[in-house]
Amino acid sequence: MASPAALLRRLGHAMIERIWRLGFAARFLAAILRFSGVSLTRPQLTVREIYFSGVLSLLIISVSGLFVGLVLGLQGFETLQRFGSTEALGILVALSLVRELGPVVAGLLFASRAGSAITAEIGLMKTTEQLKAMDMMAVNPIARVVAPRFWGGVIAMPLLAALFSAMGVLGGWLIGVVFIGVDDGAFWSQMQSGVDFRYDIVNGVIKSFVFGIAVSLIAVFEGYDCQPTAEGVSRAITRTVVTSALAILALDFVLTSFMFRGSS
Amino acid sequence: MNRATIDLWVGIFVAIGIGSLLFLALKVGNLSSSRLSNTYTLEARFDNIGGLKVRGPVKSAGVLVGRIADIHFDPENYEAVVTMSVDGRYHFPRDTIAAIYTAGLLGEQFIGLEFGGDETMLKPDETIRKTQSAVVLEKLIGQFLFNKAAEGEGAN
Repeated sequence: MASPAALLRRLGHAMIERIWRLGFAARFLAAILRFSGVSLTRPQLTVREIYFSGVLSLLIISVSGLFVGLVLGLQGFETLQRFGSTEALGILVALSLVRELGPVVAGLLFASRAGSAITAEIGLMKTTEQLKAMDMMAVNPIARVVAPRFWGGVIAMPLLAALFSAMGVLGGWLIGVVFIGVDDGAFWSQMQSGVDFRYDIVNGVIKSFVFGIAVSLIAVFEGYDCQPTAEGVSRAITRTVVTSALAILALDFVLTSFMFRGSS
Repeated sequence: MNRATIDLWVGIFVAIGIGSLLFLALKVGNLSSSRLSNTYTLEARFDNIGGLKVRGPVKSAGVLVGRIADIHFDPENYEAVVTMSVDGRYHFPRDTIAAIYTAGLLGEQFIGLEFGGDETMLKPDETIRKTQSAVVLEKLIGQFLFNKAAEGEGAN
């Protein structure tokens, strides 16, 4: 039976540990930004990372976007039918995708598809002491390894989210117009009159951009910070996916409460 | 995987991403159609604006001609002052009536501009004189009951 003082001490220790890690992550971000020059002067490094985190995620993002759109089309039609306003299906599908589902689901998929890969790669480089070897050769591992992966993720994420939303709208159109028979003109015109470019689409893009920064930072940080053992790498990958998911959902709430205050 | 292939794939990826953004902006959003060009502002004062909201539509003959830019309360006259930004291509006579209508039974409320026959046009920042307030359902029902009661008394 531990004494209350010991319990409190353990709580305090855990808390200090968390805050220390948070501060370390912030300083890590500052270091990435400071050493980003190499990613600009040698864009080939960043392009390579866009290939690994962006191009290789194309399939999963477009297929999931299509299926989310199909489901939204079916469920939305089912509900709207009760109110006799099935023409509003377009605006329902488009707004839910552009504002929320596009950035959030694409972010979650991106974290599990690309974020985990980045963590594993950097973690394994650390375990096999490649990062140290680079340091020995006077190559800064943050500039050479971490920053390009960070920027690759930041650039790829908004594009993937836009693709997700677009595929979702096509999926909703496919179910609503082609299979069920909602009027094609009403579907698109209601959508266009209800979705504002500045208010809905730009805010969605800002969201996906913020999620891209968060996921990429978490992925490279967990990889760089992992215990240099096989178990440590696997733990770091798990932490990447869990922390990214939590960060995306929490940031989504914060951003939504600033962007859409329900005034309109 | 050599450099040229990676470059090609990243190029395709970026093109697809930008293509999706364009699709969202032009086909899903309203960037292409209802952008208002070089707008000017008009003002209107209402006794009651009902559920009118900022960014709501301003229509004339059912066509979107502007958006509501601002709504505030005038504490001196106890009136609602609605500022509209109207598309610069359209001009309205000075005796235009601004009325608040509801789209459908439960739809959003909008301002409808009913033009009169005056020869001089409204200038930017001018105030529309003739307005018609929103229909408040409770008032309408109250009036109806009042009329019914009055009828009943008349019969006696």
